[in-house]
Amino acid sequence: MEQKYSTLVDSIKAKHPDAIDASEQLYDIPCIHVNKEHMKALVMDLKESFGFNFLTDLTVVHYPDNKGQELCGSYLFHNWIENVRLRMKVFIATEDNHLPSLVGAFKAANWLEREAFDNFGVLYDEHPDLRRILNMDEMDYHPLLKQYALEDESRRDKDDTFFGR
Amino acid sequence: MSELEKKENPYLVSSDTIDGEIATLNLGPTHPATHGVFQNVLQIDGEKILSAEPTIGYIHRAFEKLAERRPFNQITPITDRLNYCSSPINNMGWHMTVEKLAGIKLPKKVEYMRVVIMELARIADHLVCNSVIGVDTGALTGFTFMFQQRELIYDMFEEVCGARLTTNIGRIGGFERDFSPKFIEKVETFLKEFPAKFKEFDSLLTRNRIFMDRVIGAGPISAEDAIEYGFTGPNLRAAGVDYDVRVMNPYSSYEDFEFEIPVGKDGDTYDRYMVRQHEIYQSLSIIRQALDKMPEGDYHADVPDFFLPEKEDVYTSMEALIYHFKIVMGETSVPAGEVYHAVEGGNGELGYHLISDGGRTPYRLHFRRPCFIYYQAYPEMIKGSLISDAVLTLSSLNVIAGELDA
Repeated sequence: MEQKYSTLVDSIKAKHPDAIDASEQLYDIPCIHVNKEHMKALVMDLKESFGFNFLTDLTVVHYPDNKGQELCGSYLFHNWIENVRLRMKVFIATEDNHLPSLVGAFKAANWLEREAFDNFGVLYDEHPDLRRILNMDEMDYHPLLKQYALEDESRRDKDDTFFGR
Repeated sequence: MSELEKKENPYLVSSDTIDGEIATLNLGPTHPATHGVFQNVLQIDGEKILSAEPTIGYIHRAFEKLAERRPFNQITPITDRLNYCSSPINNMGWHMTVEKLAGIKLPKKVEYMRVVIMELARIADHLVCNSVIGVDTGALTGFTFMFQQRELIYDMFEEVCGARLTTNIGRIGGFERDFSPKFIEKVETFLKEFPAKFKEFDSLLTRNRIFMDRVIGAGPISAEDAIEYGFTGPNLRAAGVDYDVRVMNPYSSYEDFEFEIPVGKDGDTYDRYMVRQHEIYQSLSIIRQALDKMPEGDYHADVPDFFLPEKEDVYTSMEALIYHFKIVMGETSVPAGEVYHAVEGGNGELGYHLISDGGRTPYRLHFRRPCFIYYQAYPEMIKGSLISDAVLTLSSLNVIAGELDA
């Protein structure tokens, strides 16, 4: 199993040397870190040449301490013929929070990207209908960003010096 | 329509709105035909739907944000409220995700017990969906029959964990207690009596001429479109693709069991109904096999960091008290890492994307909710059909508002 994964990442690297910055193994799923410029072309090639026919999941993760790369677009593809999953990560900065939209390649990306925009404010270029989906339209912030604490920070009654909460 | 007619009856609908003029109709958010809070703004010409614009998020509860403040064992009740027709599958999926992250190896018995519970939940889920298709075509009898059977399944859940709908069943690392003899007895009775009752339901609808005329060809989707739109589960299999997480990436010892994956052909309401019907038979067979092959062993893994000790031990032994305290206060240390685990939920691939930074709560938790992903194909599926077909399509897709909005 391990062998299959490493050859997969290696063959993607060999074909797209400019696109891939790094790779890692996340438990049973191999992961490639891709730069934004080459992402669209790489995804099209993953779909056509590498058999990743299914977009399983798409989300964004916020790492506020990761300066210059605060937002991480995280994609999970699945090759149903060979039964291999592949995660792709694209790191972008908060100031330049644009990512290319994948709706052209996978229609399933439509609402997933709207959800990611809703929660994290990532702007998907060329998305056909980039609006909020779960939260109300009047909302003026993106709630899953880490700067928005779940509870009112001025609350003192839940402070616990012993357990660091 | 003459001026005179209008004067006499101002409510008379002019005949020229039927063809030619386009009307806007709000279907939902609270409409008895939609089984949940869904809003669809339809553009209709007569009764034909020209376009639909779904609005979702009416019961959005920000689970992904909530999860970032809760210790791992306190996230299980959140997962209950995703697809609340089959909560146990969601619970088990979450337990397995944490176990994968922490590298917990389970005794075989726990995995078999989980299979029993998950397949019971799948039957309950499919029963709701199929009997509701009946209701939407005007056949209320089957619904009352099958809800009686679903109650029996809920009785079994109650026997295992004390709850019926939002079960919070099991623990990270196993079950809180072994299956009681009462539970086994209930399952055995169910396995003996349910098939006959289910056949009765089957004969009410499956070859019923009125029902068939009504559902065949309603809301079809092709296999290619279904894959493009991210369909999984029974709705995808109805389109003829045999993708099932239980077979593709077996979890919880599903590889030990013999079962078939029913597939449809046209991906219409009838095929979705039939796939679910047959999956119920398969689930029954899996439960039978799991009970027959149930290995000896412990009902939980030996993981004191996650599994609550016996209450008597907490009062008498120092170690048990410490572990109890750590779990209840949410101070269990969890390794840092990123893990994705998927289970075959009632509606398809239910995935948990968990990122842990080693802290007491997940750094980020994302639910891959099958309903949310395939509901976006709904406007395309009902374009050009009648309003009554749109209602049928919605119920046969089995869109659950809790899972849709998370």
